[in-house]
Amino acid sequence: MSNTLQKNKIEEVDHSLYDFKDAVHPSFETNAGLTPEIVEQISREKGDPDWMRAFRLKSLEIYNQLSVPEWGPPIDGLDMNNIVAYVRPDTPMRGKWSEVPSDIKNTFERLGIPEAERKSLAGVGAQYDSEVVYHNVREEVAAQGVVYTDMESALKGKYADMVREHFMKLVPPTDHKFAALHGAVWSGGSFVYVPAGVKVEIPLQSYFRLNAPGAGQFEHTLIIVDKGAYLHFIEGCSAPKYNVANLHAGCVELFVEEGARLRYSTIENWSKNMYNLNTKRALVKKGGAIEWVSGSFGSHTSYLYPMSVLQGEGARMEFTGITFAGRGQQLDTGAKVVHAAPHTSSHIVTKSISKDGGECTYRSAVTIAKNAVGCKSSVSCESLMLDSKSRSDTIPAMDIRNDDADVGHEAKIGRISDDAVFYLMSRGISEEDARAMIVSGFAEPISKELPVEYAVEMNNLIKLEMDDKSAPVCKA
Amino acid sequence: MAEKLLEVSGLHASVEDKEILSGLDLNVSAGETHVIMGPNGAGKSTLGNVILGNPEYIINAGKILFEGADITREKTDARARRGIFMSFQSPEEVPGVTLEDFLRVSKTAVTGKPLKVFAFKKQLKKTMAALNMDESYAQRYLNVGFSGGEKKKAEILQMLTLQPKLAILDETDSGLDVDAVRIVSEGIRQYKNESNALLIITHNAKILEGLKVDYVHILTDGKIVHTGGPELIDEISRDGFHRWEESAAQ
Repeated sequence: MSNTLQKNKIEEVDHSLYDFKDAVHPSFETNAGLTPEIVEQISREKGDPDWMRAFRLKSLEIYNQLSVPEWGPPIDGLDMNNIVAYVRPDTPMRGKWSEVPSDIKNTFERLGIPEAERKSLAGVGAQYDSEVVYHNVREEVAAQGVVYTDMESALKGKYADMVREHFMKLVPPTDHKFAALHGAVWSGGSFVYVPAGVKVEIPLQSYFRLNAPGAGQFEHTLIIVDKGAYLHFIEGCSAPKYNVANLHAGCVELFVEEGARLRYSTIENWSKNMYNLNTKRALVKKGGAIEWVSGSFGSHTSYLYPMSVLQGEGARMEFTGITFAGRGQQLDTGAKVVHAAPHTSSHIVTKSISKDGGECTYRSAVTIAKNAVGCKSSVSCESLMLDSKSRSDTIPAMDIRNDDADVGHEAKIGRISDDAVFYLMSRGISEEDARAMIVSGFAEPISKELPVEYAVEMNNLIKLEMDDKSAPVCKA
Repeated sequence: MAEKLLEVSGLHASVEDKEILSGLDLNVSAGETHVIMGPNGAGKSTLGNVILGNPEYIINAGKILFEGADITREKTDARARRGIFMSFQSPEEVPGVTLEDFLRVSKTAVTGKPLKVFAFKKQLKKTMAALNMDESYAQRYLNVGFSGGEKKKAEILQMLTLQPKLAILDETDSGLDVDAVRIVSEGIRQYKNESNALLIITHNAKILEGLKVDYVHILTDGKIVHTGGPELIDEISRDGFHRWEESAAQ
């Protein structure tokens, strides 16, 4: 019932919601280029421990050695020398909503964060620009021993050793140029630790967005779900539109210990000039499970392939993803999985929608190691093209090193059928709504995996994208 | 005199440059039940599609009026909101959209009023029971994986829910077994009253049993060549369309 009521709300959404910005008055802003001095300055400002300062400088060195990837959509529009790497709003960490400055609060209110909290969500860690300004964990969750804090606090607090032990071990700075950049300038993000055997019943969520023009966002998410524990973590992002090239190079590292299960859901809705070069990876031990739910909206260009390393016997991964590319967008998304142990399984289901010349590329890699016998992998990707200008590509790679594997791949590309539109219109539904209904229906297998308020948001985004005839094109 | 609902005059329509309707006239008033019969390829389904404004069909000449308003060039959704409905011969499948959600959206679109959700659900349940449809179908994706009979029942469910002024039933009986025909006919009888009208396109008399038919039109070669009363149904069941086809050829 609540589902139906929520869905009816879709019509009433204010389209300007995702498109506003506040005046910028940062307390500290680095010079536009990136030098060891800037990295040192960032480190000093943040009060990093020594090892982290050294880590940042080492990462910068690696960054300078690596070249930008050339196998995906072009990123020439990106000029690191014009990107202010680090912008921090003029406010320290807050625990109470009433203490957050009013313009920032206003932004969050328009994004519905306090409301979401009222809906008994477990905790809210909202990132505003590069710093977490609002953070709260519901008492009962904390009482279970669950640690949910911002990365800066985690680095200095009781769990400092645990952070040091895991930080960028799964995604090392040598992975690629933007991972190195991340290692050098990362700022903000969440740290979550769920102790062995603890089942967190309500989803934990963090909602962040970029605000300052030219600001990059390099948040780091580190989640450790200990033996036999369960967590659902939700990250939602939206950003207002700007005409300066923006870069997002976040990093997500997920550690799923023996018999644990982690569900990690994201809806990303970046402004149409964003270069979203995000790296997400999970390591799953024996009998553990990682479940990804991923919605990629907005951005000028995206490279996003959450990777799961199934390290322990019987580990499982499920990936459910949707990508929507409109005019001027090139979204290169997919998933990767490495079956490194016997009897591991992976199940990938993706959907992509392209419209007004938008380009979606599905790119995946399934690797089954020689010793990993008795593995199962199924990949299904389906694309919907809303017009003849749009484009959809599928690049599935498979590397199977033994004979005892059950591997399947299925790809479908389609268009909206005129007959279906006519059928819906014959029931009084306008052409625009009929098309939106068909597209939402196409996305339904993904939205049904999301908590209802996120499913509603995703439907809103689809509707918004369907209506969007005037998406700004990046000037850079 | 009964209120005029549909007035079709001198209608010529084509699909892919081939003329299918060549000067068709038809008047339907409130309270009436019309039956269109004719051999395959005569243009029966085209007529339904053209009345609803399927953009695949091009109108070359003639007019369609509904309650006096010229709807010849109007878009399909606007016609539906005026109260025209068609039960499709092969209804489309729409994955990801449940039958109930779809009905709710279309009911809201057709009435132009916000829906009373509880009353709607209650009525839906009742109507589904009357059509011998399992309740679970409300939560299934629209027509996806429905058998031929279930699809037709779902069309009748839509008709009963939307309560159109004019319902066109395009070969609603095709592909149905005896029990399903009986249930569907019962649904049609339930719908029919003095203020609405039925236009039944069929080449099978079974679905008409128990319905009070006012006019039977013989459609061949894109025109109505003969109009008579219900007695024509028996004649066609017995002798087919032979005599009209010959006369049309002359």
